Amino acid sequence: MRKRLLLLALLMLGAGPAWAEHPAECRVAENLIEPSFRLPRVTSALAAKQLTVLVVGAGSSQLPGSSGGGNAYPARLQRALAERLHGVDVKVTTDVKSGRTAAEMVKALPGALGAAKPALLVWQTGTVDAMLGVDSDLFSQSLDKGIKTAHAAGADVVLINAQYSPRTESMIALGTYVEDMRWVALQQEVPLFDRFSIMKLWGELGTFDLYSATKKLDIAERVHDCIGRLLADMVISAAKPEEPPINGSR
Amino acid sequence: MAPVSTERDLRLDLFRGLALWLIFLDHIPSNAVNWVTIRNYGFSDATEIFVFISGYTAAFVYGRAMRQHGFIVASARVLKRAWQIYVAHVFLLAIYLAEIAYVASSFDNPLYTEEMGVLNFLKNPDVTILQALLLKFKPVNMDVLPLYILLLLWFPPMLWLLLRAPSLALITSASVYALMWLFEWNIPAYPSGTWLFNPFAWQLLFVFGAWCALGGAENLSRWIHSPVMIGLAITYLLFAFSIAMTWYFPRLAIYVPKWVGDAIYPIDKTNLDVLRIMHFFALAIITVAFIPRDWPGLKSWFCWPAIVCGQHSLETFCLGVFLSFAGHFVFTEVSNRVVTQVVVSLAGIAIMVAVAALISWYRQAERRGGGPRPPAAKPGYAGGEP
Repeated sequence: MRKRLLLLALLMLGAGPAWAEHPAECRVAENLIEPSFRLPRVTSALAAKQLTVLVVGAGSSQLPGSSGGGNAYPARLQRALAERLHGVDVKVTTDVKSGRTAAEMVKALPGALGAAKPALLVWQTGTVDAMLGVDSDLFSQSLDKGIKTAHAAGADVVLINAQYSPRTESMIALGTYVEDMRWVALQQEVPLFDRFSIMKLWGELGTFDLYSATKKLDIAERVHDCIGRLLADMVISAAKPEEPPINGSR
Repeated sequence: MAPVSTERDLRLDLFRGLALWLIFLDHIPSNAVNWVTIRNYGFSDATEIFVFISGYTAAFVYGRAMRQHGFIVASARVLKRAWQIYVAHVFLLAIYLAEIAYVASSFDNPLYTEEMGVLNFLKNPDVTILQALLLKFKPVNMDVLPLYILLLLWFPPMLWLLLRAPSLALITSASVYALMWLFEWNIPAYPSGTWLFNPFAWQLLFVFGAWCALGGAENLSRWIHSPVMIGLAITYLLFAFSIAMTWYFPRLAIYVPKWVGDAIYPIDKTNLDVLRIMHFFALAIITVAFIPRDWPGLKSWFCWPAIVCGQHSLETFCLGVFLSFAGHFVFTEVSNRVVTQVVVSLAGIAIMVAVAALISWYRQAERRGGGPRPPAAKPGYAGGEP
């Protein structure tokens, strides 16, 4: 069913049938990315064949090392979108700095939105707030404010919550912040990319060994690859027009 | 007010023991056995039970001390208890630091560079440890004991008032709760934010427990045994249950009318949301209605494990916090399969029971053998501890 929907979406968006299949390890979490709300601004951007995405995030939106930028999920998102959206000029820009709280990102948001003029803001946050124990109400207010700022600047929003990190689970109380994000997303009617649940599923099924004490980048890169691809799926399926494809041909 | 009863109500120990088990289970992250705990089926959780019963037993023990020996002696005993809890908290902190230091030195996965930032405080222990000793820096799941300490510090004057004008004491406590909501009182935490369990809010449940112990429960008993109240309580529990189900099955969320969602969310644990208090009351009403004080099961082998844990709550609580660290450690280092999770959970509870039984035996042996203090000196501790 889900496959068919995706296929429909692809056909509608004029993407060729030759898009690369995701690696099986990514697909494990495919049923977790059903978008709950639409992205109308992205829909019109796709119609205009020009999609600019701004990724705002903290440390878990990047990878260390010299090739980190090219391998982290924002770059993977760009590749996956470009692969799937033939004929659309896809550009993903980032404003990513580690250690930032939601409130700090909101402060930088108007400048970043003004510079990139995106149709979509992908906003990853929550981890740093949880580590610092930022007041839960203040965190929710920052989310509200950020979403409103983005909407006012003509951008749709997709929220990304914290990573599931089994080793630090007994040290970082993510629960409240994950829930706050779920709640704000519902209230503000923006899709939430539930990275926490997706990674938790991967961890539980053994898709990726998230407990591993490795210092190597291979698992991290594969995780970011899947996140980029699944995020692209979610964006595309949330941007497909409401009408059934027969009537909705443009 | 006259003393209510000289014999300790075993139901208190039973439910405090159960609450300690549930707190232990909830404190192990990603534990499959968590689904049995009450927080998944309604608004309140084991913390409410623990705080209420702690208030109840504190009044039971120190109320008698205050009547017999006066304000100064009883207050000194309360403060001594607060000090013991502080020492216990610092002891747990040392174990936590050991765990964190181990993780910091052994784990360096590039996927989690950001998350490892939580270990940064090891780089400036001068600040962090000082903040921890001031109870401002509280690691995850170590918020209950600091709350308990503050509740005890606030307890002597409240107890004094409770013994003279119980209704006035309850009104005072409720006023503090209301003012807390009005002016957003809370205690600052380190590195940012506020206390996870706001003492200005949670004192209400503690004082209410104390009020019940000093005769309030008797006054309420006609109310809480009335079929109307029981019916209301059941209705409310069902309502909370159906809301809780929408958390696990988001598809059900569409059946919650928007105005209901707007009215109830967010359900604030930090400030002890009214919905949580009502949920606890509903649970308490049902419990009291269906389990009488002289229920024979309370003396059976079946209830003994929980009762013995409830009778040595401080030790069992601390042990539970330690065991939840240890349990999580087993998940990360050995295996996190569901079988392991079940075994770790059951083993943890078994250890809690065994240690509580050992403490029980030790106390009795101490008394029998003419330990440092003659038994008569501690009348208040006959049935356990506050």
